[in-house]
Amino acid sequence: MLEIDDIQHFVIERAKALAARYEFLSFRDAKGARAWLSALSGTVSSAAQMRAAPSSDRRWVTLAFTWNGLRALGVDEASLATFPEEFKQGMAARAEVLGDIGANAPEHWVGGLASPDLHAIAILFAGDVAERERCRQEHEALVAQCEGVVVLSSLDMEATPPFDHAHDHFGYRDRLSQPVIEGTGEEPTPGSGGPLKAGEFILGYQDESGQEPVLPQPEILSRNGSYIAYRRLEEHVGKFRDFLRQNGDTPDEQELIAAKLMGRWRSGAPLILAPEKDDPALGADPQRNNDFNYKEMDPKGYAIPLGAHIRRMNPRDTAPSMNRRRMIRRGATYGPPLPEGTPEDGVERGIAAFLVCGSLIRQFEFAQNVWINDKNFHELGNERDPIVGAQDGTLEFKIPKRPIRKKITGLPAFTTVRGGAYFFLPGIKALHYLATLGNHSESE
Amino acid sequence: MPNNANSEDWSKPSAKAITKESLADAEQGRYGPIFPKSPACYGFSIIAKIIPGREPVFYEYARNIEKGVAQKPDLLAVLKLHYLRWNLFEINGETYFQYMGIFDTDFDKYTEDAIGIFTASGLNTVFENLEGFPADWKTNAPAFVKFVRDHHRPSFLEYGEYPYASSDEIKKALRLKAAFGEMLDQMQ
Ligand code: HEM
Repeated sequence: MLEIDDIQHFVIERAKALAARYEFLSFRDAKGARAWLSALSGTVSSAAQMRAAPSSDRRWVTLAFTWNGLRALGVDEASLATFPEEFKQGMAARAEVLGDIGANAPEHWVGGLASPDLHAIAILFAGDVAERERCRQEHEALVAQCEGVVVLSSLDMEATPPFDHAHDHFGYRDRLSQPVIEGTGEEPTPGSGGPLKAGEFILGYQDESGQEPVLPQPEILSRNGSYIAYRRLEEHVGKFRDFLRQNGDTPDEQELIAAKLMGRWRSGAPLILAPEKDDPALGADPQRNNDFNYKEMDPKGYAIPLGAHIRRMNPRDTAPSMNRRRMIRRGATYGPPLPEGTPEDGVERGIAAFLVCGSLIRQFEFAQNVWINDKNFHELGNERDPIVGAQDGTLEFKIPKRPIRKKITGLPAFTTVRGGAYFFLPGIKALHYLATLGNHSESE
Repeated sequence: MPNNANSEDWSKPSAKAITKESLADAEQGRYGPIFPKSPACYGFSIIAKIIPGREPVFYEYARNIEKGVAQKPDLLAVLKLHYLRWNLFEINGETYFQYMGIFDTDFDKYTEDAIGIFTASGLNTVFENLEGFPADWKTNAPAFVKFVRDHHRPSFLEYGEYPYASSDEIKKALRLKAAFGEMLDQMQ
């Protein structure tokens, strides 16, 4: 049984938010940190609470901690030692594995995210910007009362217009393909595969290997928790649009190039189901927009190139152990939109996203290391993910086409990693356990 | 990030000396340094002492794998293998196990995928009969990977007669040859 009353809503439910603020915190005093946590933990809803809540709810709080953050709260060394190695090291130390090199390297990250002093994130989702502002002030007042709790940085998020569907600054419709967790009662859309065992995303359950992975100790701390990888990815919208113009003579050709990089038209319509011409009604229809595979429907990549973003990030029926590599995606866009026709203004804008998984090394790190950055993925020879790969202007993007393929050389980097971190997202009981740590031990 | 630049020339036999230094500044993979690709592709040589008296289990395992692959020829396809060899040998009255593989994916991916096959197929692994192997391997993949890494002896020299050619490419070439032969037959 999935304990949805003990799992933070973040993993299972998507808040109906149009604004958000991420607060990145450091704890210099364990008691102060626990006071902060005690005050906030009551506002963190479980998935069950969120389902039962009135639709008038306007704000949703999510809390998660780095390994150093767990220590700063007073978790003892014996317990800390039982967490997985990659989580202990933290995202910045894993830069080479993740492809965070060159302009993407942690030395260029902002907001203190590469620092060992990063201890926690409070994700404040809000119905609108006014509600977010209210939450910000309330949180600021709380922090001021808690000894040694410091805000290292924060990031404001706003949905980009038009608000009728989720999309990023490049204009791609998003939130179309997402794994469903067994036991949540959610129905996967056609083509999305069956529900996955909860252990793929939440600790304390059987995973797709049929086993229950070993838990970090004590169990009260780890059960019903998840790992999340945070990525702040700047999107170079001006550069992206210039590229489309350089590689397509007409607006239609430019749209097709954008679609080939992603594997979907910007409307969301997958190229396999709409190979020649965009079909916005298909893109918007969840009963149809994810209903395709690769091995049977497009083995050579004539519709969706082998190296396109969605074909790398979920190779579907063309990858072994696919169900052991899925991730739940959460997040939002930040920064002002760049209106079409406006030259690049140099303002930072992008996606600040979370990848939720049961094992960072097997899911998120595998995706970064192999699917995004292995130059020889699918025997492509000299390519990386065209949207998020470590691009240095020397790589290619090949578009299979009869009679001869189109090869784009010298692909520029459309995104830059501006920061990231690994967090542990505890269950509700675990939050209370952490908040009351000092009461069980005199370890300070 | 496996960094296998593609343009290696299969038609020119090639040898590569692998020094301690080159291993020391190898790229970092998810579970540790990435053992570099050589003219003989990726590979490993795992050497470990067996639990005394367990030899018969190894011979039975050999028959099981023989049967398993005969029944399901793609049983090990995921591992992108060229060849596997298993040996038992004695030093000072103690029996050691050696397991050598040549394949096209990187080391960590190979090990993760192998664990996947073993757990999914209900096959036990002969590794359970090696000293120091983690008993909880089914639920603790990192411990399995660590054992494999700790017992891997990197080679100091590797040679390929048709260097860097992947097993997929070789199969493609053989298929083409078969199709071509067939075509010539048809034209008689
Ligand atoms: C600025 C960076 C990024 C952009 C603009 C972007 C955009 C998109 C879009 C538009 C889709 C298609 C919509 C959908 O299938 O729901 C998608 C799918 C996906 N992306 Fe990204 N993405 C970015 C970064 C990442 C990163 C860093 C990861 C993981 C490490 C990732 C993992 C995925 C996955 C797993 C899918 C679903 C593929 C499928 O199931 O078919 N993305 N992305």
